[in-house]
Amino acid sequence: MEIKLEEIFQDKIDQEIKIEPRDWMPEKYRKTLLRQISQHAHSEIVGMLPEGNWITRAPNLRRKVALLAKVQDEAGHGLYLYSAAETLGMSRDEMLEELHSGKAKYSSIFNYPTLTWADMGAIGWLVDGAAIMNQVPLCRTSYGPYARAMVRVCKEESFHQRQGYEIMLTLTKGSEAQKAMAQDALNRWWWPSISMFGPNDDNSPNSAQSMKWKIKRFSNDELRQKFVDVTVAQAELLGLTIPDKDLKWNEERGHYDFGAINWDEFFQVVAGNGPCNKQRLKARVDAWENGAWVREAATAYAEKREAKANNQIEAA
Amino acid sequence: MSTKEWPLWEVFIRAKQGLNHKHVGSLHAADLQMAIENARDVYTRRMEGVSIWVVESKHIHASEPSEQEALFEPANDKIYRHPTFYNLPVELNHM
Ligand SMILES: [Fe+2]
Ligand SMILES: [Fe+2]
Repeated sequence: MEIKLEEIFQDKIDQEIKIEPRDWMPEKYRKTLLRQISQHAHSEIVGMLPEGNWITRAPNLRRKVALLAKVQDEAGHGLYLYSAAETLGMSRDEMLEELHSGKAKYSSIFNYPTLTWADMGAIGWLVDGAAIMNQVPLCRTSYGPYARAMVRVCKEESFHQRQGYEIMLTLTKGSEAQKAMAQDALNRWWWPSISMFGPNDDNSPNSAQSMKWKIKRFSNDELRQKFVDVTVAQAELLGLTIPDKDLKWNEERGHYDFGAINWDEFFQVVAGNGPCNKQRLKARVDAWENGAWVREAATAYAEKREAKANNQIEAA
Repeated sequence: MSTKEWPLWEVFIRAKQGLNHKHVGSLHAADLQMAIENARDVYTRRMEGVSIWVVESKHIHASEPSEQEALFEPANDKIYRHPTFYNLPVELNHM
């Protein structure tokens, strides 16, 4: 019976028929999705912290409203994704519990500090840029609620990248000190950004199954290559240098070659030993704990109002 | 210290006057007023709507995926419900 169901399931996937929450699905498909979507949601939420750091110090009102709107969008992305994950049978509180206990992961790039205003430019340009590369194919992922959430997310992301690039552009047209600040931000964010696509394909054990189930459409290395290929020209336009001496056009491949990623560092950060892991997690846990009284009060108020309404019905 | 999770609500948005409300997603809120306020912040940051409906998710009743064939397949062979089923002369206009 199970075999038969699994065949029907794979057949639907092959025919590009979306899987919806109440449809039969292999347990491993459900678990893989749940892990991926909840991690994705956590990344959106934790991702607000490095940029939130600069909202009060934005150089002018135009930059401030843009950054505020971007950070608010990221909160929205987290909420769309948590809802999508909940349709797979895990409660919101359980997901948050996994984040707060350190059991669940989020994108390791958010464990790096935002030292200067130029980091707001580099993050929008590179981090959101890499996220877009990852997310556009996810709009066609096989699980309906995830695909629909990603369509909303992708619509909103393009402004994020453009506002970041505009910050970089303004800095590179400014004083020597501003130019240097932009270059320094690129130097610090480049390698973490191209690491965002995850381990190399031969070191990414679950990839093949995810591709077969059409959760993923492209491999980590394919997406990383695409990102490098489009970003080089963008850096040139800014007059900035990508910090990779091995970066050069390969005529034969029709792609840029680039240097080896320091995977040691990547796995160290994933394991919790990045520069800001503790700080990020603490900020989330504090927000959750300090907000407890608000959640309790709102529940108490809602219960009181409902009881009152019920009494009135009985009295009538 | 763990408190009860706020209930889940389904959100429906009318994109503009003249269109149906369409399901856009869900969210948690303590009561219906908060559900509408949160829906506004989460789902209409870019003028996506002019009206919001929220329904507590537990009140949605859905057909069973396993009944899909029984429910919807009978319509398949009733092609006489479509205008193209009827053979009429080409000279006939506006029908
Ligand atoms: Fe996002
Ligand atoms: Fe973004």
